This record gives sequence, structure tokens and C-alpha cells, in this order.
Amino acid sequence: MTSFLQYTIFGIILGAGFAIAATGLVVTYTTAGVFNFAHGAVGMIAAFSYWELVANHHVPAVLALVIILLVGAPIAGALVERVLMRRLHGATAERPIMVTLGLLVILTGVATIVWSPKSQYQLNPIVSGSFRLVSINLQYQQVLTIGIAIALVIGLRFLFSSTRTGVGLRAVVDDPALLAMSGASPDAMSQYGWILGFVMAALAGVMLALTQEQTGISIVAMTLLVVNGYAAAIVGRLKNIPVTFIAAIVIGLLEDYIIYYLLPHLSQGLNSDITLALPMAFLFIALVMLPSVRLRAVGRLSTVRVPRMPSGKESVLGGAAFFVLAVIASVVLSSVVVRGTNLLNLGGEIMAFGIVGLSLVLLTGYSGQVSLCQFSFMGIGAFLMGKVAGGGSLFGLVAAALVCAVLGALVALPTLRLRALYFALATFAFADAVDQGFFQDSRVFGGGINVGRIILPGLSFGGNRSEFLLLSVFFVLVALLVLTIRRSLFGRRLVAMSDSPAAYATLGLNLAVTKVAVFAIAAALAGIAGGLYATVNGTVGSADFDFFSGIIFVLFVTVWSIRTVSGAFLAAVTYVMLTTFWSTGLGLVAGAGIILIGRAASGILGIDRLSTLLPLPWVKRAPVAGDSGTLAGIGTAPMEGETRVAG
Amino acid sequence: MTVPEMSPATVPPALAIRGVRASYGRIEVLHGVDLTVPAGSVFALLGPNGAGKSTLLSVISGQMRPTAGEVVIGDKPVGKLSTQKLARTGLCSIPEGRGIFPNLTVRENLRIWTYRGGLSVKAVEEQTYGTFPRLAGRRGQLAGTLSGGEQQMLAISRALVTDPKVLLLDELSMGLAPLIVAELYELVGTLAAQGKTVLLVEQFVTTALLVATGAAIMVHGKIRQQGTPSDMATAAHGVYLSS
Repeated sequence: MTSFLQYTIFGIILGAGFAIAATGLVVTYTTAGVFNFAHGAVGMIAAFSYWELVANHHVPAVLALVIILLVGAPIAGALVERVLMRRLHGATAERPIMVTLGLLVILTGVATIVWSPKSQYQLNPIVSGSFRLVSINLQYQQVLTIGIAIALVIGLRFLFSSTRTGVGLRAVVDDPALLAMSGASPDAMSQYGWILGFVMAALAGVMLALTQEQTGISIVAMTLLVVNGYAAAIVGRLKNIPVTFIAAIVIGLLEDYIIYYLLPHLSQGLNSDITLALPMAFLFIALVMLPSVRLRAVGRLSTVRVPRMPSGKESVLGGAAFFVLAVIASVVLSSVVVRGTNLLNLGGEIMAFGIVGLSLVLLTGYSGQVSLCQFSFMGIGAFLMGKVAGGGSLFGLVAAALVCAVLGALVALPTLRLRALYFALATFAFADAVDQGFFQDSRVFGGGINVGRIILPGLSFGGNRSEFLLLSVFFVLVALLVLTIRRSLFGRRLVAMSDSPAAYATLGLNLAVTKVAVFAIAAALAGIAGGLYATVNGTVGSADFDFFSGIIFVLFVTVWSIRTVSGAFLAAVTYVMLTTFWSTGLGLVAGAGIILIGRAASGILGIDRLSTLLPLPWVKRAPVAGDSGTLAGIGTAPMEGETRVAG
Repeated sequence: MTVPEMSPATVPPALAIRGVRASYGRIEVLHGVDLTVPAGSVFALLGPNGAGKSTLLSVISGQMRPTAGEVVIGDKPVGKLSTQKLARTGLCSIPEGRGIFPNLTVRENLRIWTYRGGLSVKAVEEQTYGTFPRLAGRRGQLAGTLSGGEQQMLAISRALVTDPKVLLLDELSMGLAPLIVAELYELVGTLAAQGKTVLLVEQFVTTALLVATGAAIMVHGKIRQQGTPSDMATAAHGVYLSS
């Protein structure tokens, strides 16, 4: 009985930490209309800054907290709002997702450079000492966490319902133009919102870091620790703070009970993986339990200027030209070795990642569904390629495609009725769960599995050149397939579904079937890409399909152009080159790219004016009427190539 | 309802628009608009769909910058002022559709009206519920769930409580039952009688001209004709049929 009481109290303490993180997410969503994927990363930076001040520079804990919460976080929040977020109001659903993911990878990239992941970062509690409560030893630090969580819930509830500023912060998401007509500054309101969100994220980061007394803090763990809050925030539908708080406590309790009661009965190896995958599992369950989104026929409509579709003949000619170039490259590069890496092998990797890029063109570019789990399918494909029929077999490739298609359908089925943001979150949860629970398991990839080169009947691909050319052929074939799909009736359905799900449904077409189908096809393509990737170097390991790399890759495709084959290819080139020659800069370049193309909805390849590349706040375009693009659009300049209709 | 008769020639203008041009991107929609609205008048701006009426209101309320020309309120050119500054200096603009925050409750919407300055929530609530008792019973309800008429009452309550010098009303009657429209226009008459200048944009001529003391017809981004309401009623028929 005492142990049950003990687990319950510890569960509540854990939940209180999650509650601080979750309410912060709700605050940002309420005041900015954006789900901040970088919330955890902001918390992580705050936690490391706290360590830097307290442990490294011996600043008193309270002063360090004041510096972080009242100076650092507000300045960072205001800056992020001004440079990144202000231009996002009214943009398509995927843009805020990409921008906050960009911020996430930048912050983790910066942290990796500043705080070497190899060192230990230990923190002492702000308040030391403990007391006994019914035979349970409780630390004052733990009580402080619970106290802060409760104070936040009460304080925020009061702010948002009983003060004019709080109501104004909510109003700016509803209608910034009307808020201006009422005499308040929508820009200032948005800025307050982001400042508040950053302060909350920083607070969550420091409080959660202080619970990591034994293990010390690490960049990835701190960034993902906040994910525990995601599920609670989703249960509160990103707007109800008291419900979010209760959900966070329940999740804390569940996690504690599972760890202490369920896990001891499972095998040793499974334990740690399940503990790591739990937050994402809760998030996935919370998302699946959300009610279906209502199809809305009226509302703000965002359309992006789509690049011209090449005709069938043009596609075939383009594919042939690409292959000829690949042949030339295979001759020129055959013996070039840069820093110990054979460039032809890199070429092979580029083709494989290019195919993953093409799966994103189909899924996100054409049908508007943001998937953050293409690398999971890629990894599963690579795993099957290594295990089926002794490795390197064509059967392995077929198995990769089939298994990934089925898995893709299984992920899409429960989540397809959700709106774009929740769907993206579900793929985020799936990607991390697969990475933590499967790829990281020593029995899956271990130190790396031997796949060997691909074996086709009567053909040998032992040489680097033949392998590279084979992968080029695969890339060209998949590119032609994706373009053919786009030109077909099914492709037109994808675009129609992305433009207006409501109109699509009222035409009598089945949204569910189309969504599942396209997700399964994209998953199968990623699976094939994984299988092919595994054959390039002959061995493959879990680090190749790491969760963060998957996000970074999606960002690269978005930066180049998620609607074109060239965009997929150039993203693969950028990704492979950086991973090989400057892996520290991977996240930084991807994040910076996303910020640089802040105004260009169609990516670098969709830019037709250089001025759109200038996101600097002091670079203003000529003050022309209609600059706002819509009658209702105060401070809501449309993205390049984007037209908006006020509904 | 009585609206004081005023002669446009003797009363100083509350709102003057001089040679205003405006465009959406490369497409110019206002090609040099000149309009003078005398203080204390109810001025109806009529015209068919796409004439540029709402765009003109966006320019006046500071949401769009004109490419040429100027807007003068009272004796001050306001071309450079932001929307919120204009709102604080006595311009109340009620946009097309419903000028309310759908995800805030009625009471929270009223709290936003206090941004105009010098107002207490209590006073705003008392005045609004006094004029529109129906809203009192719905104070805790989300504004987006009110009926169309109630939403427009809530929207126009901003003009009621913030005591603006100039009031811009865009398509007040859109989608509303005739009885509600009559009630709202009666309020417009009362506001004008208190000395406020009202510029209303309407596609439906008869409703607007019932309360108007002056009117103009706008076609293809230009003022085609300006005069008394009765003159404009006759002229409007021709314009609507030809355009």
C-alpha cells in the first residue's frame, strides 16, 4: 500500500512537470494559433543556459532563473515572433509546422555546438532538503514543481478569461484586423503571446531539467521530454488549460504505474525501449481519440501557385536526359574520393534519398498531408532488405514495399479524419516511437546489419558504378511514376482533396480511401528507397534513420520545393552532402533555409523575384495598397505565390 | 426616427477623400476617388458588386495604403496612421460580414471594445445590454454561435459605446431579416442624431436611402454621381441595370 501511495505521489510530481510544459503549448496555440514544435527545444536551451549560469559560472539559482525567465526567454520570444511568425498568419496549415520544426532543428543544432553531447550536465535542486509525508520522503523541489504547475493553471485561467490583455491575446488569433479596428495593436498582441509562450517553455525546461537529477540533462532527452506535454495539450484540445492540467497529471500517473507495475514483468531488453516510447504512445492515443474534424465549406482559403506540370513526353525526355547525365557522372566520378568517401557511393545515396523526397512530393506536395515519418518507413525497408532471403534480394525490396504500404495504411487509418496539424503530430509520434522502440533496440540493427549489394537475375551490381546507375534508374522510374500519378485522375483527386476537403466530399468522393491510398503509396516508396539505400554501402544502422534526421530531410525538401521532382532531388543532394561532410551543420542549414524562404511558399525553385528572399524586418516593400493581399489582412502579407480569399 | 437636415455646402466635412487610388498587387481597383462627407450626415455609398466600395472603406480605415491621393478626417490627413491609431482617434469601422470575434464570448467581445480607451467594461456592458436586451441573456455565449442578427447587434455595439466621430458601416443588412435591419438602421439614425458622421456602404439601395441624408454611386472604382438620396435612388436604377 505504501508503495502504491509512493508511486501515486511520484506520478503526480511527474505529471506536474508535464503540466507546465503542456500549458505552455496551449498558451502559444491560444495566443498565436501555432502549435510550436520547438517548444521542447526552447525548454532545452533554457535548461542548458540554467546549467551554464549555475554550474559553470556559479550564479545563484534564483538570479539565474530571473535572467532566463525575465530576460532571455522574452527577448527570444519577441525576436522569433518578429522575424519568423508574423508573416505566417493565414498561411496554409503546413507552413507553421515547417517553420517551428525549422526552429526546433536550429536550436538543437546550436545546442550541440555549444554544449558537447559527450560531457555530463548535472543540476542541483533550487530548494534542497526533504520532509516525510506518511512514510514517503518528499523533496521540497518536487513540491515546488507541483506548486508552480497549480499556480500556472490558476494564473493563466484568470489571465485569459478575466483580463483585457488575456482576452486580447485570444482575439488576435480570431481576427487581427478587427482587433486593430477596435484600437489594439495586433502585432504587439502577437508579440506578447510569443513572449509568454517562450517564458512558459523556458520554465518547463528548467523545472523538468531539475527532475533529471540522477541522469543529468541531454539535448535530445530534454527536447523530447516536453513531448510528454503534447499528449496532455491535445487532450485539452490545445485550448482548455484546466483539462490539459488534469490530463498531464493522469499521464504522469499512468507512466509511473506502467514503469513500476507493468515493466518488471516484461523482458529486460524491452523495458528501456518502452519507457522511451511511452510519451509518443500517449500522444498517438490522445490524437486517435480526438473527435473527427468538421469539414468546413466556408473560411479562409489558401492556395499556392502550383508549378507547371510537365507533359508525359517532357517527363520521359527529362528522365532520359537525367539518366544520360548520371552515366556521364558515373564515368567522371568513378575514382574520385573526397575525404575517404567515394563520390559514386554518395551518388547512390542521393538517388535513394531522392526517392524518399519523391514520396514527400506525392504526399505533402500534391495531397497536402504533412508526414514526418518517411524515414521510419525507409528504416523498415532497409531492415527488411537485410533480413529477407539472405539480404540484397529483389524479394527484400518487394517485402519492403508491401510491409511499408500496409504499415502506412495502418498509421493513416485512425488519423486521417484529423486536421493537418494533428495528422502531422501523429506521424511525429509514430516516427519517434519507431525510432526509440524499434530502431534503437539492439536486436534490430545492432551494430549495423549486413545487406550486401542488390542481386538481380543475370546481373551483377558489385561495382560502385553499376550500383549508382541502377539507383539512378530507380530514381527516374519513381519520378516518372509520381508525375504519372499527378497527371492521372487519382492525381487530380489528390489536388482537389488538398484544396478543399469539403468540396471533395460533397462531390461524392471518398476522402478516407484517397488519403489512405496516397499515404500507403508514399510509405511503400519510402520503403523501397530504404531497401535501395541499404545496398549502397552494404551495411546499414539505426543512426541512418534517426528521428531528427527525418525531420531535417522534410525541411530540405520544403526549402527546395516540395511540389517538384527537382526539389526532391536537390534536397537529397543537400542532405547527403551535409551528412557526409558537415553533419554538425545539418540542422542549422535546414533551419536557416526554412527561415530564409519564409516568404516563398513554393520553396527556392518557386521563387520568381529575389526580393521575396529577404525576410529581414527592416527590409520593407513599397507601401502599396493591397500589400496585405486580403481585405481582412492586417500584417498578413501573403506568401510568394500564394493568393488568399477571405471567406 | 429623425435625422437633422444639413446642407452639404455649409457644414465642414468630417471625412474627405481626395484622388484616392488603390490596387491589389498590379490590379488597380480605385482609380481616383473623390468624396466629401459632411459632418453629422448619414452618407450612403451605393454601387454594384465589385465597384470598389469595400476597398475604399479599407483605405479609409487604414487597412490598405492608397497608391495616390489622401484621406482627411476632420482637418487631419490620416494616410499614414495605422488602423489601431485611427480607431483610437475616433474612427469606428464595422467590416463586412460580422465585426465580432467568434471564439470569444459576448462579454469578452465587449471587453475588447474598451481598447478604444477611457471605457470601463461595466459601462460598456450596461450600455450594450440597455440597447440590445437580447444580448444580455447571451453574455456568456460564444459570439460565433449567436444568430446573424445578434452578431450584427454585437458588432454595432462597438459604434454605440466607443463614441466615434466617424462611423464606417459595410453591408450592415447583409443576410439579415428585414425586421432586424430596420432595428439596426434605426440605431444608425440615432447615432447620426447624436452628431456622428456615418458612411454606409450598401448594395441594396432602398434600405440605405431611407436613413441617408446624402449619397453617391460608385462604379468601376470611381464615383459616378453624388447628390440627394432621392436623386440617387433614380440614378441607381440605371447604374445597376447597365453594369
